Order: sequence, then C-alpha cells, then structure tokens
Amino acid sequence: MSLKRSAAATLHRHGRLRLSLLLSAPLAWLGIAYLGSLAALFVTAFWTTDSFTGDLVKAFTWDNFRDLVTIDVYRTVALRSVWVAAAVTVIDLIIAFPMAFAMAKLASPRAQRWLVILVLTPLWASYLVKAYAWRVLLSSDGLLGWGYGLGATVLTLSYLWLPYMILPIYAGLERLPDSLLEAAGDLGARGWRTFRTVVWPLAFPAVVAGSIFTFSLSLGDYITVKIVGGKSQLIGNVVYDNIGAANNLPFAAAVATVPVIVMLLYLTAVRRTGALENL
Amino acid sequence: MRFVIATAALALAVAACGGGSTTTSAPSAKPQQTLGAGEGAVNLVAWAGYAEDGSNDPKVDWVHPFEQATGCKVNTKTAGTSDEMVNLMKTGEYDAVSASGDASLRLIAGKTVAPVNTDLVPNYKDVFEGLKLKPWNSVDGVAYGIPHGRGANLLMWRTDKVNPAPDSWSAVFDPASPYKGKVTAYDSPIYIADAALYLMTTKPELGIKDPYALDDAQFQASVDLLKQQKSLIGEYWSDYTKEVQAFKSGDSVLGTTWQVIANLAQADKAPVEATLPKEGATGWSDTWMVATGAKHPNCAYKWLDWIISPKVNAQVAEWFGEAPSNSKACAETSDKTFCDTYHATDEAYFSKVHYWTTPIAKCLDGRTNVTCKDYSEWTRAWTEIKG
Repeated sequence: MSLKRSAAATLHRHGRLRLSLLLSAPLAWLGIAYLGSLAALFVTAFWTTDSFTGDLVKAFTWDNFRDLVTIDVYRTVALRSVWVAAAVTVIDLIIAFPMAFAMAKLASPRAQRWLVILVLTPLWASYLVKAYAWRVLLSSDGLLGWGYGLGATVLTLSYLWLPYMILPIYAGLERLPDSLLEAAGDLGARGWRTFRTVVWPLAFPAVVAGSIFTFSLSLGDYITVKIVGGKSQLIGNVVYDNIGAANNLPFAAAVATVPVIVMLLYLTAVRRTGALENL
Repeated sequence: MRFVIATAALALAVAACGGGSTTTSAPSAKPQQTLGAGEGAVNLVAWAGYAEDGSNDPKVDWVHPFEQATGCKVNTKTAGTSDEMVNLMKTGEYDAVSASGDASLRLIAGKTVAPVNTDLVPNYKDVFEGLKLKPWNSVDGVAYGIPHGRGANLLMWRTDKVNPAPDSWSAVFDPASPYKGKVTAYDSPIYIADAALYLMTTKPELGIKDPYALDDAQFQASVDLLKQQKSLIGEYWSDYTKEVQAFKSGDSVLGTTWQVIANLAQADKAPVEATLPKEGATGWSDTWMVATGAKHPNCAYKWLDWIISPKVNAQVAEWFGEAPSNSKACAETSDKTFCDTYHATDEAYFSKVHYWTTPIAKCLDGRTNVTCKDYSEWTRAWTEIKG
C-alpha cells in the first residue's frame, strides 16, 4: 500500500517520468516494429542471395540498385505504377468530392449517418471477392464486357479505395461552418466562386489526406492487377515475383524502396503546400 | 490449388526470417536405416489438396485413416508456391514436404532434406519406373524422395472459337495468329522453358537438349520468342480459378493449362479440349521428401508409404487431378477411366514431358564448357518479358 502510494507520489512530482512511461509503448512500437522494419528493408537491399539454395549472402553490394537504375524495364514499371496511382487518385477525388459535400452539407443528420454507413459497407467485404467481382463484370461476356488491362486495373482500384477518399473529405467538410457558405452567398459569390475561394481551400488538407491513402494504396497494390490487369504488371508484382518466384529478397527490397521514395517525394510536395499543418 | 495470392503475406514473413548458412556443396547425409515406432505426430508442408482431412469435402479424407492406423497426428501447412515450401522447410519445424522439381534440388543442395531409404517405404516398389531416381528426386543415384504424382502442362483451346484444332505449340507462338489478344500463358519464370521446348524442334540449330539448361544464346532466343508472344497474350494466368473463368467467358481461347483445369472447365460446360502437342510439353512431378533434422522421422516415413499406397494415391490423384505414381493405384480409382484420362500408365506420353526442374548455373544437360542461366536470371527475364 505504501509502495503504491509512494510510486503515485513520485509520478505526481516527476512529470517527465510520467510522460516517458506513457509514451514508451507507442514509441517502442513506432521505433522497433515500424521504423525498424523499414531499416531492415534498406539493409537487406544491399545484400544478395545465393541463387541456388536461396540463402542470404550478407555482403555489401550496390548491384541491386545498379540493376534497378540501369535496366529499362524497372523504370517503365515504376512510371506505370505512379501513373496508375495518380489516375486512381484523380478519379476518386472527382467522385468523392461531390459525394462528401452532399453528405456533409445537403443531407439531414439522420441521412448523414446512413450515408456514412453505406460508404463503409464495401469495406466489410473481402478485397479478393470485390476484385473477382470486377473480373466477372469486365469479362467479355460480363455486364460491362470491357476486357482486362491497365484501364480495368485503374477502374477496380478506384472502386476499392473510394471510401478512403470520401471519409476524410467528408470529415473535413463537416467541420466547415455553414455560416461561411452563407456569408459567401450574402457577399454575392455564386456556386463556383464559393467553391473556389471558400470550400476548396478549407477542404484542401482533407483532400490531401484522402489522396495519400488512395495514392499509397494503389502504388503498393499487386493483386488487383493480377486479377483484372491482363498481361500488365506493376511495381508490386515485381517485388512479389522476386520474393515469391525467385526468393531474391534483397532485390525485392531494392525494388520496394522505389515506392518509399515516391511517397517521400509526394509528402514533401504536399508539405510545401502547407496542407499537412492543417490536418 | 496453388493459390499464390492468399499466402503472399505469409511467404513474405517467412522469407524475412530465412537466411543462415550459405553452403552449396554436394550433400553427404546418411539416410535413415531402420524404422522405429511412430512419434505420435508428423508435420507436413504440402500443396493444397495433398493432405485432405475431410474439411473441404467430408468424403475426401486420407489423413484421419492414417492417424488411426499409425497413431501419428498430422499437422499440415499448406504452401502456395515452391519458394514458400523451401522457406518453410528451412525453419526446421517440419518433417516432410511435397516438393515439385523446381524446389526439390534446392532443398537437397541446402541440406534441408535428407536422402530417403526407399527400403523403408514398402509401396515404393510399385511406383512407375519412369519416376524413380530422376534428376529432380535424386543426386548421383541416391534417392531423396518418393514420387507422388505427375502431370503435363497441356495446350487447351475453345473448340467453338479455334479452328482447326491445334496440335502444336506454334498455335501460341505464331505472330500471325488469328487469336491475337485471346491467348493465355502461365505467369511464372518457369514458362520460359515452354518457349525453349518449342525452339528445340523449330530451331534445332540452337542445340537445346534440355529446356531447363539454357546457355546465353539459347536463353536469349527463348526470351525473344516470349517477348514477341506478348503481343498475342490476353492475360497471363497463375491460379486455376482465373483460367477456368477466362476460358468459360471466352476471354481466353487458347493457351497452356493443366488437365484438372480442362476437366473443371468442361464440367462448367465450357467447350474446351486439351492436348499434348507434338513437340511435347513441360510438366511437373512432385516428390515427398524428409527433412534432415526431422523430429518425427518414423511418422514421416509412415506418411510417405501411406500417401503412395494404391488406395490413397488414387484418392489424391483424383482429388488433385494428376496421374498417380503407384502403378496399382489405377485399380483403385472411383472413375475407372481416370488413369486413361491422365495417361497414368502411358510412358510414351510422359517421355515427351520435361518435368519442372530448377535451372542452375551448372548446366543440367551435362555441358561443362558453358554456364547456364540460373533461376534468378530467369526471374529477371520474366519481368522484362512482361515489360
């Protein structure tokens, strides 16, 4: 009892100790499990494998990165992946913004709750089932019958990640006071001008948050393209083939640094706009 | 069957834990000499469908009878790819594995599996001679496993869309093919061997003797053929449900297949036929192997004998869709035409099949004046072929 009391007293007096105890678990998680695995990834990228037994050879080499830069196909695949991720993000934004606006500003509070649930519903179903459903839809005797390929991949990914765009924008627009829209109207601004000068700047950080989700999720995806992509491949497939088929973990790690770099560039660009401060 | 997708995360986790020694020298482990009492359990790494305990279909169960007969409780880990099998076996947690030819040699070289004393497997005597002591299940005349079953990668086509019926792989390689955009091919680096096999007959001047032993010029010719083929391809397939559906809908009308896929598509009323083209084909032959430091070696040997016993071998073969390895299994199949459908006793048929084998730098066809392309180079090339 007295031990308990003195511990409580110590904690009460030493604010820093209290804080460090509180933060140690989440920081350990962030440091070891999250950043640690990223560090392991980078280290592995400088190793090679014994091509026959599949054992790791832990000797430093630049070979993996040299191959990555000098062999054309990896550049082509990386650019294609970025293009797909960008296309998915733009399509999702175009669909999600009006949807989120309607949910936040036009629907009644009761309808709002239902709409949020409806937007979330697809997330309850398995990713694979949804991707295969699109495969059936797009097959030549399916409802749409557009066939497979990169276009089908973009379409399917746009469908899969749409909720991740709608929800942040909805949350952002909900915080936007109605009075600002009314004030814009009182001052004579029409719809487009209100959108351009009031709604968009205030919703922009939310849009950025959504785009980070859709962009990064698309950049790392390799299953959808296997199911509806026909003969095309994305950067995730190259990573997967090098682990799955070739057991070449070091080269896969080197390839996997590409999306990491792309995301870092993307986040830097976003940071320049100042959107991250307002998240 | 060989679902790749669902097991991806696991393969990644296991691969990350891999590593260890880097020895590549020829193995020298001694096989087990005598068989003792069972240890009460056995841990298996197997392809989906190889160790059925009735959970998929109550009628398909050869695990529980084994447990009752031997007292060895079976713990099965289903693997999605050959590489996952290699990685799982390296953990040392498992006693036996059903390895395909593109994994077995790697397991032997890594000393992950030990030689198998075939005298301790009574049913081994009934295994087809064409499967014993082959390059993918033995080294220098020492057996490293018990043959489980085999099959060929066939050419399948939609009978209503493809005319005349093809009898050659030229159907999937001809640049002027009328079926452009509707051709399918297997999505794996090992498919390069299919191109090499085709070049064996169409370009004899390349001197390809074994589609898994390709020197620079032979490899380049095969890769070029596949790059040219890409313009014909509608999609590459890697899991069988995807291919069944593509042939049913007509998105694919021509391409490589397994017998079991052809059967499933026909069962789904898709008008398809499959054939072994005149050039021969690639194929697979799986082998049950025993881990070097197996914790339950006696139960592992009992399982090896059980899985190739006539009745069980027939059950597995029918469930998975492949030719059984035990010559007496054909009398035990529920479908009496099964062995004919899968050409189980047709050695002339299987003499035209080149079973999957891991390509290594030391040429598998015995040439010593050149080095061959190894599997990691095959993988890089496959990425380039797909572009």
